[in-house]
Amino acid sequence: MDTYSLLRHLADSWVLLVLTLIFLGVILWAFRPGSRRLHDDAAEIPFRHDTPEEETRHDR
Amino acid sequence: MFDTVKVAGLALIAVLAALAADWARDAAYMLHALIVMGIASGLLLWKLRTMPPPGDPAPPRVVPTGYMDGPIRYGVIATLFWGVVGLLAGTFIAFQLAFPVLNFEWGQPFTNFGRLRPLHTSAVIFAFGGNALIATSFYVVQRTCGARLWGGRAAWFVFWGYNLFIVLAATGYLLGATQSKEYAEPEWYVDIWLTLVWLVYLAVFLGTILNRRERHIYVANWFFLAFIVTVAMLHVVNNLSVPVSIWGSKSVQVFSGVQDAMTQWWYGHNAVGFFLTAGFLGMMYYFVPKQAGRPVYSYKLSIIHFWALIFLYIWAGPHHLHYTALPDWASTLGMVFSIILWMPSWGGMINGLMTLQGAWDKIRTDPIIRMFVGSLAFYGMSTFEGPMMSIRAVNSLSHYTDWTIGHVHSGALGWNGLITFGALYFLVPRLWGRDRMHSVAAINTHFWLATVGIVLYAASMWVSGIMEGLMWREVDQNGFLVNSFADTVDAKFPMYVVRALGGVLYLSGALVMSWNIWMTIRAPGAHPVTVATPAE
Repeated sequence: MDTYSLLRHLADSWVLLVLTLIFLGVILWAFRPGSRRLHDDAAEIPFRHDTPEEETRHDR
Repeated sequence: MFDTVKVAGLALIAVLAALAADWARDAAYMLHALIVMGIASGLLLWKLRTMPPPGDPAPPRVVPTGYMDGPIRYGVIATLFWGVVGLLAGTFIAFQLAFPVLNFEWGQPFTNFGRLRPLHTSAVIFAFGGNALIATSFYVVQRTCGARLWGGRAAWFVFWGYNLFIVLAATGYLLGATQSKEYAEPEWYVDIWLTLVWLVYLAVFLGTILNRRERHIYVANWFFLAFIVTVAMLHVVNNLSVPVSIWGSKSVQVFSGVQDAMTQWWYGHNAVGFFLTAGFLGMMYYFVPKQAGRPVYSYKLSIIHFWALIFLYIWAGPHHLHYTALPDWASTLGMVFSIILWMPSWGGMINGLMTLQGAWDKIRTDPIIRMFVGSLAFYGMSTFEGPMMSIRAVNSLSHYTDWTIGHVHSGALGWNGLITFGALYFLVPRLWGRDRMHSVAAINTHFWLATVGIVLYAASMWVSGIMEGLMWREVDQNGFLVNSFADTVDAKFPMYVVRALGGVLYLSGALVMSWNIWMTIRAPGAHPVTVATPAE
């Protein structure tokens, strides 16, 4: 089989499936239980470090 | 010891560049070799004058603290400068199209439309947009990671290296060095230089993220990172070429025919998707919440926005090649993915706009917020128009007409332009230690000049484009074409004048901004600050 056909076959079978599953997995992961608290916290990040002196560490 | 190596290296570069200038096979290559020689010699002299004499004890190393804002300040000025240059070039070539006599005989071939057009596109996309992206990404990554830019002076290298790339590209176009790929015109050695600069940019950005004091990487940084990584990949693949001689600028592409076309539009459309969209969304997700004083409407939606955009955009390129030698399945694939893209695009727009929930009055009172809202509105409009134009039936009317030009400009002037202006108005007072911009009324004036300019531009190009498309396909009862190409050119004249006037308005808005920023920086009591103070 030439390279084109091989890649074409791979692309519209396994790779398509894997990429679709990764995509759906990422979306579902965003909705996992307990993510709301983390997301609310993350959304506040831009308001925390306006000055570099702030030494308060967040979860790290 | 290290200083000696540096001096020797700079001397070597200067000598090699002098040789290259002597052996150069074309004018662009010779000029570029001379530019490199000048820079290397200048740096050599500067190094010789500032390095400590051999034998002296090494001066104690000062560990810099705080945020690194120097390159960001330079980036803001460069954004402003290249913005005015690019808009001026665009307005001039718009008048050239309306009045061909402006292709002056004495300026041939350097100032004809064909050479100034890539100068305009590169100046606005890469010089104005690129400097804005580098400056804002450096600002945002520090403020959302609570960490200083990684890599010491590497950030300076990114700024100066990137601007050298722009100078080489722009002078190359005027002297006729181009590889004739839209938005990827620079020749091989300029491409290699940009690759080097870009990898350092990636390292600085990633290094800062790794040093972060937050557990979570804020979503703006995801968008910036996707922009940096994808642009690196697109740039390298689309610019695979073999130089004819290492002493000349001409090169030959590795791909040919339809493969080359597909690679080019895979690059071209993702330059829109990742340079002009993902990168600027990084700005949006930081500056809109900051200016509104409230967190983004839905952080979950921003995550979905990110992954959907990344997964879908990369496939949309073939819609540029409907009715060509490209197989139908490929252009259908591009069309389908373009239409699906409508959803994440509007999700992102809604997310940005709804951030103002509970603060809608700011649209009336805060001209910077008004710019952001205008920008998001144009983002929504052009991401609706784009998928529609990618449908094969619509494309058969719109392709190769001015409709495409109008679409690009409603995205570029509306979305990219307005959000950059808003970000600059946000940054300048903070970077130079002022309470606010010199004149808030001037921001308002700028907003209206820009908006009316875009409306004139987009509306005239819709009329012109649809008319052109209809005239091209008009046949009489015997099946003969009714109009010649020159007929359409003649019919477009009034629209071309209106378009150029729209450009004049948009350019005057940018000049008002330049004056405003100049006055803010020059105002007594202004001083560069390393610590930005919150607006409250």
